[in-house]
Amino acid sequence: MSKLEGQIRIPSGCAISAVISKTGEKMTGEKIIESMIPMHERSNGLGGGFAGYGIYPEYKDFFALHIFFRDALSRRECEEYLKDKVEIVKQESIHVRKTPGIKDAPLIRRYFVAPMPCALAASQLDENEYIMRIVIQINTDIAGAYVFSSGKNMGIFKAVGYPEDVGRFYRLDEYEAYCWTAHGRYPTNTPGWWGGAHPFGLLDYSIVHNGEISSYDANRRFIEMFGYRCTLQTDTEVITYIADFLLRKQKLTLQEMASVIAAPFWSEIERKTDAEKEVLAYFRTVYSSLLVTGPFSIILGFTGGLMALNDRLKLRSMVTAEKGDKVLIASEEAAIRAMEPDAENIAYPAGGEPVIVRLKEGAY
Amino acid sequence: MKINYLSPEFEVVRNEDRCIKCLLCVKQCANGVYTYDETKQTIVIDETNCVNCQRCVALCPTRALKVRKNDCGLRENGNWSENTIREIFKQAGSGGILLSSMGNPEKYPVYWDKILINASQVTNPSIDPLREPMETRVFLGKKPPSMVRKEDGSIDCSLPPQLKLDVPVMFAAMSYGSVSYNVHKSLAKAAQALGTYYNSGEGGLHEDFYCYGENTVVQVASGRFGVHKNYLEAGAAIEIKMGQGAKPGIGGHLPGVKVGPDVSRTRMIPEGTDAISPAPHHDIYSIEDLRQLVISLKEATGYQKPIIVKVAAVHNIAAIASGIARSGADIIAIDGFRGGTGAAPTRIRDNVGIPIELALASVDRQLRDEGIRTNVSLIAGGSIRSSADVIKAIALGADACYIGTAALIALGCHLCRSCQKGKCNWGIATQVPELVERLDPEVGYQRLVNLITAWKREIKEMMGGMGINSIEALRGNRLMLRGVGLTQKELDILGIKHAGE
Repeated sequence: MSKLEGQIRIPSGCAISAVISKTGEKMTGEKIIESMIPMHERSNGLGGGFAGYGIYPEYKDFFALHIFFRDALSRRECEEYLKDKVEIVKQESIHVRKTPGIKDAPLIRRYFVAPMPCALAASQLDENEYIMRIVIQINTDIAGAYVFSSGKNMGIFKAVGYPEDVGRFYRLDEYEAYCWTAHGRYPTNTPGWWGGAHPFGLLDYSIVHNGEISSYDANRRFIEMFGYRCTLQTDTEVITYIADFLLRKQKLTLQEMASVIAAPFWSEIERKTDAEKEVLAYFRTVYSSLLVTGPFSIILGFTGGLMALNDRLKLRSMVTAEKGDKVLIASEEAAIRAMEPDAENIAYPAGGEPVIVRLKEGAY
Repeated sequence: MKINYLSPEFEVVRNEDRCIKCLLCVKQCANGVYTYDETKQTIVIDETNCVNCQRCVALCPTRALKVRKNDCGLRENGNWSENTIREIFKQAGSGGILLSSMGNPEKYPVYWDKILINASQVTNPSIDPLREPMETRVFLGKKPPSMVRKEDGSIDCSLPPQLKLDVPVMFAAMSYGSVSYNVHKSLAKAAQALGTYYNSGEGGLHEDFYCYGENTVVQVASGRFGVHKNYLEAGAAIEIKMGQGAKPGIGGHLPGVKVGPDVSRTRMIPEGTDAISPAPHHDIYSIEDLRQLVISLKEATGYQKPIIVKVAAVHNIAAIASGIARSGADIIAIDGFRGGTGAAPTRIRDNVGIPIELALASVDRQLRDEGIRTNVSLIAGGSIRSSADVIKAIALGADACYIGTAALIALGCHLCRSCQKGKCNWGIATQVPELVERLDPEVGYQRLVNLITAWKREIKEMMGGMGINSIEALRGNRLMLRGVGLTQKELDILGIKHAGE
């Protein structure tokens, strides 16, 4: 039997796309699905997915766990495990639409949960760390169960197939979000199951990524020292953990995180002011194992905003544009035009230069 | 007449047609292989003391000389090798411990040669070091566990002391005494020019070299030779030598013949006395004692210098390193069983210790498993022979490499493995003034700079091929390596996959 993704490492080429409304205006998933159509050739039908922010306003205080189950057995085992750890306020099957391009669907369920208060107190962790450990535990230890989304008021939807088919399959036209990101995948090997599709998420961070990073194992072996387990062996997974580690645990700002993972070259640092030099040299010394090399363009989604970033040599295409209160980002301008034909301020961010978009205060 | 059981190991062949009787060979051979017979007007050759250092061959202006293995060997035997028999003859004659020098030459596996490096094809681009920046700078030292902000929100950029290396290769410890003044001068100047470090070794630091302090690691070994406050303060870092790959479990041994006035003053010992380091540090009988020495040295130097603890790669190296990583030390240097030496008992050199590749891989994994890899940096030494070995060591988990033998070869060493005799014809492992002056430190320094510059270029080419443009992204990046012809157990210890996987 051929190996499943996670048992082997599969390099991929990809298409990515995102749209965000700075005023928090809600958009259905239709536009973001359309943006993936002109980039069809960037995928090969072996993976597609979306992340939407602000989609569960009625349950916004609960962690929304989206879980794939191989069968009823793995579901039972996982639910048994969850029962002791979290309060489940609602659970349901994620509604899907039969779509010709999407086959071999696992059981796909959604749970809105909160940490069990006494267990949380006993663990001496904050609730994010508590949930993160549960997610990693399930993904590492419960065979056939895989949590693929775990943030509050956001959700990831992904499958093996072309992204436009995946979007229709998950009925994204029925969800409304202030920010959408999308991913189409061109893996060089058959992933074998749906967990390998993207976006990859942890808590409310989600990442879509195009590239194949050459620093993968250096990054993985470093980040695994801090309790993360890279079960999928994908770049996106390790980048997500790096983002979580730097932003949530080390309390870096987004700009600072960009200076770590796409660190400026020493020759560039030499040209900065003394104050900047000191900080950048500090990052390159302390977080040197989190420098990500090789081609990547990523869009990191989080509650209230997103960040786009290219590797420091800009070895992957990435275009940004604006229209009204919206910011649009994609691998190709064609994808942006599919969403907003009259998009303005088309720009090509330089390698290592982060594009950070935040919603206006109180807009989400 | 006393029977000489040993026939000469080498045979010197002189081409009479080419020889112009310039007598350069007679002057050059400190081992006395050549003499000139005035009456017969001929060069007489006695190979008894020939070590095949190739000095005469290299200098002969008409290429009239050749040194080759003496084919008048013993009767072949699959069990009793000629070498074994010769060693028994020697011991039966002397009653002494056999001495050797340089690294273990026996046929143990060289894992470097069974590891292959990756390159990018199609799915990601290789990077061209001629056209794009390619970074080889590393910082060695303890890294803080988490970032701290000051009250105004800015980052507190203070760090424990770090060594900054422009290329991840340092010159390993070789003491003044075992090697010559001119070797030290060549190493010091080269380290300065290359933006890296050389290591004083355990024999103190000659007063002339204090000016290279910013590029010097000063060593504190069990003999404490030449150790005083100014010495500790002279270097950029202090290395506690717990062990050496060539002779784990025993101390250094400098024969009195090498202890002349200058060496005597630098080591702070009487002229002509053997400088024998105790096997253990007598203030370190356990790991908690090591911690006390680490802290003492830090106290003595105001916490301004990183402390390196150098250990030989032995069976339990991973646990030992884990203990050192919690001792307050900033850097661990691991020396594999192939590491060189100026003098070691042959049996120990050839039978004690383990390969650096396995030791390094185990240590790096252990420290990561325990979440303490950032407590220390790792330097791997003990036969790093080329830039490819450096790449492989870094991908296995080293922050940098030490080279000793390779540096000496750059200076002219021909690996005749006779350093303990003190008659190095290349002016390297000797204190005889007329031999020492054969190595011009200006030439030596330039050759070292050339070697490391060449390696740096090759490192950049290989990094670029892998699509990596900073050496830090290679550190511990074991997916970039594959094994060939290794057992599953070996692959598991190295933490790499087999080629084809």
